[in-house]
Amino acid sequence: MVAKPKRTAADKPAPAARRTRRPPAPELPAEAKADDPTLPIVVTGICGRLGRHLTRHLHRERLVIGIDRRSFAGLPKDVEHCRFDIRRKKTRDVFRAHEVAAVVHLGVMHDPRATSTEHHTWNVVAFQKLLEYVAQYRVPKLVVLSTSAIYGPRPDNAQFLTEESPLLGSARFSGVRDLIEVDMLAQSFFWKHPETETVILRPAHILGSVRNAPSNYLRLPRIPTLFGFDPMLQVIHELDVVRAITLALRPGVRGIFNLAGPPALPLSKLIELTGKPRLPVPHPMAEAIVGRLWSLRITSFPAPELDHLRYVCMVDDRRARRLLGYEPMYDAAQAVDAVFENE
Amino acid sequence: MGITTALAKRATRSESTLRGKLLGFVRGELDDLIQRVAGNDFDKRIAQIQARGQGADPFGFDPEWAKYALASAALFHKYYFRVETHGIDNVPEGRALLIANHSGQIPIDAGLILSAMFYDANPPRMLRSMVEKWSQTLPVVSTFFARCGQVVGVPENATRLLEMGEALLVFPEGTRGISKPFSERYRLQDFGLGFMRLALETRTPIVPIAVVGAEEQYINLGNVQSLARALKMPVFPIVPQWMIPGLQMPLPTRYRIYFGDPLEFKGDPDDEDAVMEEKVEVVRATIQAMINRGLKQRKGLFW
Repeated sequence: MVAKPKRTAADKPAPAARRTRRPPAPELPAEAKADDPTLPIVVTGICGRLGRHLTRHLHRERLVIGIDRRSFAGLPKDVEHCRFDIRRKKTRDVFRAHEVAAVVHLGVMHDPRATSTEHHTWNVVAFQKLLEYVAQYRVPKLVVLSTSAIYGPRPDNAQFLTEESPLLGSARFSGVRDLIEVDMLAQSFFWKHPETETVILRPAHILGSVRNAPSNYLRLPRIPTLFGFDPMLQVIHELDVVRAITLALRPGVRGIFNLAGPPALPLSKLIELTGKPRLPVPHPMAEAIVGRLWSLRITSFPAPELDHLRYVCMVDDRRARRLLGYEPMYDAAQAVDAVFENE
Repeated sequence: MGITTALAKRATRSESTLRGKLLGFVRGELDDLIQRVAGNDFDKRIAQIQARGQGADPFGFDPEWAKYALASAALFHKYYFRVETHGIDNVPEGRALLIANHSGQIPIDAGLILSAMFYDANPPRMLRSMVEKWSQTLPVVSTFFARCGQVVGVPENATRLLEMGEALLVFPEGTRGISKPFSERYRLQDFGLGFMRLALETRTPIVPIAVVGAEEQYINLGNVQSLARALKMPVFPIVPQWMIPGLQMPLPTRYRIYFGDPLEFKGDPDDEDAVMEEKVEVVRATIQAMINRGLKQRKGLFW
């Protein structure tokens, strides 16, 4: 507790004036504060599909404040939406105005088309600021949604990677570097600030109404695969991820958790579940074509990411099952169906 | 809705198309052929493998798929190498580490130990073994290995398989064994220590296996180190047979596979190498003795 102002001074040379205006330390013990239903939960990136699902899940029991520059159609009335860019100074005002029970960080940008500066300011700089506020305003709980893609699909991967496995996802695709950095920042925050319960979730491929690469891949009319490769995959229904987040919000939970979803299945079986035709392409050809389409701006799928269709990148979720009490509710068929539900 | 019913629903839809009908016909013919080659109880054995719960396998093993590989293995097992197995009942029910000598330039011995466990053991069992990491980068091969129950050779996978109660085949000699020259035949090379640490860590019984007959299938006059280094291959063997067109197949020597009594070891898996070496030496000596006995009993190379 005493060490905190020292940290701000050492890590981030913040202006002295800002520190003097810091609110007095709350008297409530951290655990009670996290569970207090009158205190709001701040959700960044609330307008993403996952954020919306989480809001619908949370807002009846807890106060929710969302930070997102996008708009939220069908926003529940009791949710406060702070419609601005997370990089702006206004973010701090949210923490000034409210005593926050928890922060759920979903606002991680992973758009391969965005420039690296955009990525960096969003994912790294803004997240660092957010962490600073969490520490400064003594928020008792922080949940960060990372991804299992940061382990990276590799030919020498163990079939199931534990939370201690090295994060090698950027070895072939530098676009993942930001995501690794977010995870690492959260990890160091976990150690530096034991007074905040930090939870890092690393889910497998999320399927559902979300607009992420695995779901978009299954939305293709003819699903291309790599000839001769049929890796085992783990998919997870978006609502199972939402449930894991709510489990992570319980007081007393902290640490890194892989989330795996229902039992793994081969890529071919997953495509069979969509009922769509498969189009096997030899890898060198696929790499050239995707690379070409990428440079012509026809696809936003980066060629190095094709490795997900070649090698395993699966996680061991035994820790989440044991400590988080997490158990997937949806099987792979339901997860695939969720991709096409609203179309 | 379960995933299997979901898949079945989609499968019936595709069966009504012409392509589906054609595929169904080919599959039916193939199954008949398998019966003829692999024996009448083939389907029963596959069913027994499935009943073991290896159907939904996280490593990608699929009995439905492996059955084609096993049927072609039957050709070699029954007709080409005419495998003779001894003491196969020594393999315990649950998890086990099967340690064998490795030889023969190409790993046919692994395939034949695998098919022996399928065709000659009761109940049949699908052995798991570990493959090189680079095999995962090869199209078709990587899928083939995975569907036949072979996993990437990293320690985490081995531990996991044993925890699942599987039987794991390991060749502690590695490439040193498989590519040794003809003059070194039936003399065991140095054993790696990893398998012993694995056995101690997971408290797994070790079944020693001696394979007699593999070492004569290719006659290797010697390994050229400089060429191997230049070509970035593990070894470069001189096998005269390979230079003659049409003689690329191994010689049809008769395989004899001896399964020894399970050995149990106790101790700390993180002990020093010297302590491990002592234990490994026990296994190595057992296998060497079994090989020597097998060689003495053998009347001829090819029958």
